Amino acid sequence: MQVLNSPTQSPSEYLSQEPFLVIDNLSKVYPTPSGEYVVLDGINLAVKEGEFVCVIGHSGCGKSTLLDMVAGFRQPTEGQVRLETQPIQEPGPDRMVVFQNYSLLPWLTAYENIYLGVNSVFPGKPEKVKKRIVMEHLALVGLEEAAHKKPGALSGGMKQRVCIARALALRPKVLILDEPFGALDPITREELQEELLKIWQDHKITVLMITHDIDEALFLADRVVMMTNGPAAQIGEIMTVPFARPRERSRIMEDPRFYELRNEALDFLYHRYAHDDTE
Amino acid sequence: MTAPLDIRPTRSRFNVARLSQQALNWLKGLIPPVVAIVIFLSIWQVLTMGPNATLPTPIRTIQDTWELIINPFFDYGGTDKGLFWQVWSSLQRVAIGFSLAAVAGVALGILVGTSPLMYSALDPIFQILRTVPPLAWLPISLAAIQQAGPASIFVIFITAIWPIIINTTEGVRQIPQDYNNVAKVLRLSKPTYFFKILFPATVPYIFTGLRIGIGLSWLAIVAAEMLIGGVGIGFFIWDAWNSSRISDIIIAIVYVGVVGLLLDRLIVFIGTLVLPEEQKK
Repeated sequence: MQVLNSPTQSPSEYLSQEPFLVIDNLSKVYPTPSGEYVVLDGINLAVKEGEFVCVIGHSGCGKSTLLDMVAGFRQPTEGQVRLETQPIQEPGPDRMVVFQNYSLLPWLTAYENIYLGVNSVFPGKPEKVKKRIVMEHLALVGLEEAAHKKPGALSGGMKQRVCIARALALRPKVLILDEPFGALDPITREELQEELLKIWQDHKITVLMITHDIDEALFLADRVVMMTNGPAAQIGEIMTVPFARPRERSRIMEDPRFYELRNEALDFLYHRYAHDDTE
Repeated sequence: MTAPLDIRPTRSRFNVARLSQQALNWLKGLIPPVVAIVIFLSIWQVLTMGPNATLPTPIRTIQDTWELIINPFFDYGGTDKGLFWQVWSSLQRVAIGFSLAAVAGVALGILVGTSPLMYSALDPIFQILRTVPPLAWLPISLAAIQQAGPASIFVIFITAIWPIIINTTEGVRQIPQDYNNVAKVLRLSKPTYFFKILFPATVPYIFTGLRIGIGLSWLAIVAAEMLIGGVGIGFFIWDAWNSSRISDIIIAIVYVGVVGLLLDRLIVFIGTLVLPEEQKK
């Protein structure tokens, strides 16, 4: 199924022991004129294949730094991130990122934006196949009609759909989303959450997503990772979300456990780790 | 059947109304500059009416230069040519010098913008050389090239290239981090990155540089031709001064201004053709 040129295979017994994605004792320290600034301090997290994990925390707690290191944009000061036992050294299409601000190229159409990635990642595939991959993924997010529109002519929700389509078209092992719906209006946000959930179920893809929105995290995730405040942020608590799949928003809203979890998360964020708190 | 027939005339009448409204607005927009020009000409007329005036009045200027105005295309051989031919030879020099500057400037700008080492090495030099006035380059280019025509083209080149380099460099350095992150995740090849991200992202900056460059070129050619001679609007002005044809100088200045404006508009127009809709913010 994987067409990506994977580097040297690790011994199989090692594979069976190690979870799919491992964040191993990860720290990030920036040197500043007034001494070292510790952003993240000893993050440990193991993500199973096909799991949906949300990371929440106050702004400035280093969530984005964490995701940048999983994506490979930044290197950890200590520890490492491993995907299928391979340490992550640099960005690559096996860990596609969906950014909050869309990051579509404004001079290319939706189709061309996706094609750029497909053509770069699968250069050996025949033209017909590449075209089909692009159109299939545009269809997946319901944007066949807008294929030849440029991002300037698309709404925020449509742009984010194109981004998701671009990411999925490359068959990533992990989909990394950095507050993908933060800039959208509430109705579009709910629509896209449901679409993302459906895509995740159909594709059995591993998702790591940053969000500010507790309800969003509880609706989507298998586990919610709550970060303590920075500097030297750590994982404060990991909440397992028990709702059965496939999930329906209305059902979850009726579930009393939803409010228990919600209160627990709110308590974590606004009482135990309220923004002015220091550890 | 009747419905469409009813709609069509109403729509076209509506368009005619809108068009005439637009024409009216356009004419209204013309009133302030026309008034300003009339006031300017009147002041000029009043100031130069006295018996000791050193400059001709506007009416006198037009009387003196009537032949130049009505016939820009005459050619009596040598440098005795109509204003069209004078401007035309200046434009040819600008075209060659500016095109060379555009190609070399964009290439150098991209090189310097993409390489931090090159940037730290070359940017200080560019910052110093860009402040050198165009004419200061003329003696050294005459010394190096030994021929008047190519030397004046070199002056154009060396004058126009700095803003093109500096703006292109800036454009490359200002490429949004998001686009570079996309390139990294997709592991785009160098050529793909260049043609799909770097170049389109830099084009608006390049056009800013080209616009400044063409303006400077036109400034430089008029000055350079005064010293170099031959056919050209610059030497035309100098020649008119030497033969005390002050009215000719004034009409040539108007030509220089109008052509400079047209060159600027030409670059802007090409820019609107090339620039993607989304980048014209």
